[in-house]
Amino acid sequence: MIRTMWERRQWERLQPGSSNKQPQFPNEQQQLRIPDEPAPIPVLHALWLCVHLPQLALEVHTRLAPTSRPRAIIDAEDRLCRVVACDGRAAALGVYAGLALNTALALVPRLESLVRDTRRERAALQRLAGWAGQFTPRVSVTPPEALLLEVRGSLALFGGVDALQCRVRKGLAELGYTAQLGIAPTPLAALWLARTGEEQAVTEAHALAGQLGPIPLAYLRWPEAVAKSMHEMGLRVVADCLRLPRDGFARRFGTERLADLDRALGRRPDPRPDYQAPTRFTAQLELPMAVQALHPLRHALALLLGELCGFLRARDGGIQILQLSLVHHETPVTQVSLELAQPQRASAHLLDLLMTRLERIVLPAPVLSLRLRSGPVLRVDPHAPELLGERTQQATTSPQLIERLRARLGSKAVRGIDPRAEHRPEAAWRFTDDVGAEVGAASSRDGRTASKSRLEAAPTTVLDRDRPLWLLPTPRPLELAQGHPYLEGRLDLLRGPERIETGWWDGADVTRDYYVASNPQGVRLWIYRERDNSSAWFLQGVFG
Amino acid sequence: MHETLQSLLRDRRIWQGEVAATPAAGTPTGCSDLDAALPGGGWPTASLTEILIQHHGLGELELLMPALAQLSKTPRVIVWVAPPFIPYAPALIGAGIELKRLLVVHAETPADVLWSAEQALRSGGCAAVLLWAEPSMGWLRRLQLAAEAGSAWGVLFRTAEAQTRSSYAALRLRVQPERLELLKCRGGRPRVLHTSWRAPQ
Repeated sequence: MIRTMWERRQWERLQPGSSNKQPQFPNEQQQLRIPDEPAPIPVLHALWLCVHLPQLALEVHTRLAPTSRPRAIIDAEDRLCRVVACDGRAAALGVYAGLALNTALALVPRLESLVRDTRRERAALQRLAGWAGQFTPRVSVTPPEALLLEVRGSLALFGGVDALQCRVRKGLAELGYTAQLGIAPTPLAALWLARTGEEQAVTEAHALAGQLGPIPLAYLRWPEAVAKSMHEMGLRVVADCLRLPRDGFARRFGTERLADLDRALGRRPDPRPDYQAPTRFTAQLELPMAVQALHPLRHALALLLGELCGFLRARDGGIQILQLSLVHHETPVTQVSLELAQPQRASAHLLDLLMTRLERIVLPAPVLSLRLRSGPVLRVDPHAPELLGERTQQATTSPQLIERLRARLGSKAVRGIDPRAEHRPEAAWRFTDDVGAEVGAASSRDGRTASKSRLEAAPTTVLDRDRPLWLLPTPRPLELAQGHPYLEGRLDLLRGPERIETGWWDGADVTRDYYVASNPQGVRLWIYRERDNSSAWFLQGVFG
Repeated sequence: MHETLQSLLRDRRIWQGEVAATPAAGTPTGCSDLDAALPGGGWPTASLTEILIQHHGLGELELLMPALAQLSKTPRVIVWVAPPFIPYAPALIGAGIELKRLLVVHAETPADVLWSAEQALRSGGCAAVLLWAEPSMGWLRRLQLAAEAGSAWGVLFRTAEAQTRSSYAALRLRVQPERLELLKCRGGRPRVLHTSWRAPQ
């Protein structure tokens, strides 16, 4: 340890490239005055969880397509087409990041090389930030491949640091990403810890210096010139830097490096921009190869819907409109849109519905990519059980059943029945599409008022047992035999007539005498005779 | 009696002649003769009931109305799959049915009809599913299993020609004018009931 000014001067004098030579980073030094003594470490309330995605460049390409061949991502803009990332198989054969493509191919002739797509990496990271919003409202995107989550307030909810880490890791694995996590009271320390991949969690600020000490300087990603000169000076780990006098360190390597160390230790504030989630979810997933079979599409859809549901959970909402576009080569896009009876965010249910719809359509061509676009995010009823995302004992609620039936049979196939205040029998009822909300909201106040108003709407309807349970869609003319109406035998009139004469005001007036009749088979029918000149008999209902 | 013996007697798999061993309570039918004949004192729940009719209009729906009215007071829905005519709202209200619990499903192909019924039975959100179809043996089995899984009362209306074919349904009932034939009754005995359940005219 260097304790006195004299020792410090001696140390500086011994170093190559010391003070009498030109400072290496003159600009930075002029801008910032270096405090001689480190500021006292303030009490840090924040706790940052860093999600580092070491294989992001690879996984945006490969999370859909497992293969047996070793794979590597190369940087096409680089002159040597250097390897940026490679999978485990390639790594086992000696490929590593930074290797030129030619060398890599010489090592592994079977290597499958894919060109790096930074645009997709950025989009994937943004979507993951939206997904990560389910764990904390404060998410910060740290390009190129990390997310920072402020989780101090979330620990109680998720059951502690270990449980939270476990949950984040599991969720990412379901989406097809491998993650390294780091936890520290400062964002930069969390980032560095995550990059090492040693899964350390530092929750107390006073332990920071000790825990950061053994981190090799390469993980800090300082500029190459700085890293090189540090290496030449024999500095290997963070602790080596912390041991140096501050002014000398700043002069030699730039005040920005010193500021980095201070930020990591919490001696300087380190504000991070919060991620602002878009109002709607939009995502695109390129399939590794064109597919027409439903099974691989299901897998890809499950990934997209997993991201969507994280996004919705982060905003504590659900969606009612969801649009899936299947992009083909040289053929118009196939659109599948869902309209749900209630806002939903259970990914399994949405997947079921979309797959049911896909099973019913014929794809004109193989699918190249999937696009998912949600409608506006709506508030969900927190008491509705299906929104917990899990289906308890496999019970599907009525709105979910209605949606599933409609997804396959069409929206007009599932309807409710409403009475109407009308004396003409054929107009005393109607089909109604508005069944989902009515059935689902049975216990809520809205549901009660709705049903009340519906009953009140029919005060004059005849509500007795004179009416048949079955009504024919249109009255059916009856034959006459010896002056009696006839249907599979002579019809005996059991009761009647009941005269209905109404509707003169709208042109569809009726003047009829209704009878209950029965035929020799014991079938009871509801028939009427027109009171106009024709006196024709009609069958209108069946007493089922 | 000894406790082991008691538990054996309670087991529905042991046939005890006239005395049916305490089966699961059913939904009262509203017809006392029929309640007495059915092992659970009413329509069996969580299983399939088959109703065989020669013609529509024999009172086969009227027979179900008291039970449906009672089930429509619960939060679960009642689904009518592929009804042959329009269920008439004023008559249903007259029978005491809550119309807002009623769903009518129309499907074009027989496969879709059976699929819808199976989905509804299995969902757990349906108290009763009424179905008009002629399912194969395989489908009958699926419907019975779905009714058990979703603890729903499935009612299948078939033509009387199906009487000679065997079925997985827990209860098979042939409806004739003024006469009910219990063709099969799990936990009870087949018999013929001369009773009237229809409103007098």
